[in-house]
Amino acid sequence: MAILTKEEAKKILDKVLSYAKADETSVSLSGNRTGNIRYARNTVSTSGETDNLALAVTSVFGKKVGSATINEFDDQSLEKTVRRAEEIARLAPENPEYVPMLGPQKYIETASYAESTAKMDPAFRAQAAFDSIDPCSKKNLTAAGYMEDTTGFTAIANSKGLFGYNPYTSVDFSVTTRTADGTGSGYASRDYNDVSKLSTKETTQIAMQKALASTKARALEPGKYTVILEPTAAGDLIGLMMNSLDARNAEEGRSFLSRKGGGTRLGEKFFDERITIYSDPANVEIPGSPFVGGGGGRFGGGGGVDGRPQEKTLWVENGIIKNMSYSRYWAQSKGVKATPPPSGFIMQGGSQSLADLIKSTQKGILVTRFWYIRAVDPQTLLYTGLTRDGTFYVENGQIKYPVKNFRFNESPVIMLNNVEALGKPVRTGGVLIPPMKIRDFTFSSLSDAV
Amino acid sequence: MRRRDFIQLSGLGLGALMGASVPVLGEAVPVGRLLEPRADAAQKKKLADVALNAAKSKGATYADVRIGRYLQQFLFTREMKVQNITNAESYGVGIRVIVDGTWGFAATSDVRPDAIARCAETAVAIAKANAKIQKEPVDLAPQKGVGEVSWKTPLKKNAFEVPVQEKIDLLMKVNDAAMKNGAGFVTSNLFFINEQKYFASTDGSYIDQDIHRIWPTFTVTAVDRQAGKFKTRDALSSPMGMGYEYLDGLATDKIAGPNGLIGYRNSYDMVEDATVAAKQAREKLTAKTVQPGKYDLVLDPNHLGLTIHESIGHATELDRVLGYEANYAGTSFATLDKWKSKNFQYGSKLVNIVADKTQPYTLGTVGYDDEGVPTKEWDLIKDGILVNYQATRDQVKILGGTESNGCSYADNWDSIQFQRMPNVSLKPATEKRSASDMVKGVDKGIYILGRGSYSIDQQRYNFQFGGQLFYEIKNGEIAGMLDDVAYQSNTQEFWNSCAQLCDQDDYRTFGSFFDGKGQPSQISAVSHGCPTTRFNGVNVINTGRKI
Repeated sequence: MAILTKEEAKKILDKVLSYAKADETSVSLSGNRTGNIRYARNTVSTSGETDNLALAVTSVFGKKVGSATINEFDDQSLEKTVRRAEEIARLAPENPEYVPMLGPQKYIETASYAESTAKMDPAFRAQAAFDSIDPCSKKNLTAAGYMEDTTGFTAIANSKGLFGYNPYTSVDFSVTTRTADGTGSGYASRDYNDVSKLSTKETTQIAMQKALASTKARALEPGKYTVILEPTAAGDLIGLMMNSLDARNAEEGRSFLSRKGGGTRLGEKFFDERITIYSDPANVEIPGSPFVGGGGGRFGGGGGVDGRPQEKTLWVENGIIKNMSYSRYWAQSKGVKATPPPSGFIMQGGSQSLADLIKSTQKGILVTRFWYIRAVDPQTLLYTGLTRDGTFYVENGQIKYPVKNFRFNESPVIMLNNVEALGKPVRTGGVLIPPMKIRDFTFSSLSDAV
Repeated sequence: MRRRDFIQLSGLGLGALMGASVPVLGEAVPVGRLLEPRADAAQKKKLADVALNAAKSKGATYADVRIGRYLQQFLFTREMKVQNITNAESYGVGIRVIVDGTWGFAATSDVRPDAIARCAETAVAIAKANAKIQKEPVDLAPQKGVGEVSWKTPLKKNAFEVPVQEKIDLLMKVNDAAMKNGAGFVTSNLFFINEQKYFASTDGSYIDQDIHRIWPTFTVTAVDRQAGKFKTRDALSSPMGMGYEYLDGLATDKIAGPNGLIGYRNSYDMVEDATVAAKQAREKLTAKTVQPGKYDLVLDPNHLGLTIHESIGHATELDRVLGYEANYAGTSFATLDKWKSKNFQYGSKLVNIVADKTQPYTLGTVGYDDEGVPTKEWDLIKDGILVNYQATRDQVKILGGTESNGCSYADNWDSIQFQRMPNVSLKPATEKRSASDMVKGVDKGIYILGRGSYSIDQQRYNFQFGGQLFYEIKNGEIAGMLDDVAYQSNTQEFWNSCAQLCDQDDYRTFGSFFDGKGQPSQISAVSHGCPTTRFNGVNVINTGRKI
């Protein structure tokens, strides 16, 4: 049984700590059951389900740190793992950046667990795949898709009395549909904690519409265009920026937030004043983990026990940089609060729908998603990538025709200074982000890819 | 049971432009465990027979079993600090069966005979369940059993036998050299991987393999706080299918390039490269920004390898061509009709691309693939024409072939094997030519070295590549360092602009150590060999911006 209750998890963690002889010891225990189904060419290619339950012990002597992991839970195995972590710690070189463990913390409860997702089984997954494939087959479209669901928990504890427990569920679905002649392609994706919100059929309909509407694409000259970015496209680019808020990099002079002459851009107006971005683990639409560390993401356990509580944090307010993220070491050496990096974020928008944004556009390009985004220059956060699976020319408030895919070279920093309008935020890829209209977005070349 | 963690790296580690995390597979174990043997070949054969017999008795028409032990040792440092050392082991059994023309797969970390038999039964049950919705029955190309055989990476020094302290000492020397020569910051890493794989199949193969890989790398950062600028330079090493001897830094494996630059063949001098890197990172801070336009590019093997990987390697994967990766990595422009035409000019006549899993010192080289097929070399592009693809046993019939070319790989015992890229390499010229000779013939060009930013579309037409070092070539001479360089092209146009190749003496391999593919994602490691090569009239853009 991979999913333990809070009490069951605590019992194991307490037992592990009772074996500890090191100066400090922390334990993380995480379990999950992950199921997936993958299909292509309108038929299921692979499907599977795996259970994981893993425990990681970290032992510390002075500033020497060692970790060991185990997936057996009898007393003897647990004790052996503690001894192993201690042995590894004794032999480890000193970590000069080691910071002593946190004491007991207060964690909020988040709405990240949904029973409906926990109940998913192979038959449910097969039906979800069928609901996506069937309408495509009937329209002579080819579907390739993937759905992955996870039900799990993370529990953390240490020898200073810290304890945290967080159960969660998640489901991610994406589908690409292509026309039989390969000239049209559409994509749609959804992610939720609660699978009852997911309709693979409705999601697939969107991808189908895009595939059918994107055939016979015309070539437009590359250049600067007003773009309407669907939330998936906007989220991917801005998410990269949100991963680059580390204060240490900025203070060391090697971040887009470093200041000419030394120092950082904290407190400076950096973006259009309509830009406000925050993180909040208590948000019901994108509930986050209440604490840092202990793993629990889609890659399973591990990650060690950081233990800092995740709190509502304002990163950008009215275009001004309000916070940067800190490791505990860097915060201690600077004498500031150790704000952890955000897990998921919320960008405020307006009340307009995507359709409203299109309606108000005289000339522009509607972008479904971006693909193969890679950093070009970390100094300016310049990224390159391509549009994919549904790119359209908009004129006088209407979608006129599909256009060939473009390569872009653009920085989210420049983008968020060129905001024309923000729509109503929606969840995509674990973040809440509005569709947005941006002027002077740089497309640098054309691609023949469909 | 799988523990697949990602180590998040602080600072601008592991290439400032790469995702700052690396996958760790398995349980954290003490370093000593990495050298303790597990089961020997005879014991594994017994366990494998349990799986094969159980599968057959439940109705499988074909079965294969992989008893795999995957060992990793990763070291991470920055400046004069050791940040992290991980030793990981993953051990278990994966069983794949065909029932009613349908694949089934199951895996277990319990390697006792009864658990293995149960696992085989699960694989059969999954195949039976999937058979109901199967539209294309599996048709395996024949493979004669090879009996009881073994294969080992030919290595001189098993990296796992080298004491951790010696490795730390090396990285501290590397970091010290970088800091003394102008670096503001430096991160350095050593990655060692050992796959101990036992494969058996109902064809009558029992294959024991011991595969080693190594990747030393670093990133040096130079900062000019007054100007508010920073620049990085990554190591010009390559991940290799070798032991610790790759770090010997033999003078005989150094290749003198234009402008005093040094290339490394099968032996790498990490301290020397770090020393040079720090100076070059500082030089980048004041390098001239590039004037956009058309240039003749002279591409060093340590750079061109990635362009080959993205624009030819991935484009000639048969599963992509057929649409199996449509929802994730994408499909391919190199469609079957182009191949069937026998006249699709992928590149100029100089372009001869071979696929292989046999080239010494490379990441893709093994004795047998993960479905028991002996490895070999074959042509993908001959005299510029697309002639073949990369395929596995269940795909090769689509090409009218009767023999798999051995491209099956799984990244762990609990991952299902599928088509992965072999080494894909560009053959050197037969006439004598060094990189310095090549530069002499270029009037307006740019010489590019190292792996930089890379991006390509989902059908592998349009790409953009950066690099680590850019030098302007004016009238046959290196005229100084350039900055803000990236080139954009279309795969077919680019390879048809291939105008000149250097010779075998200049030939080196580039490698990709954590190449991702599939859903759920799996990693693999692959090399790409090539000589320094010239491409005419390629579009160069300026990537400098102000924020």
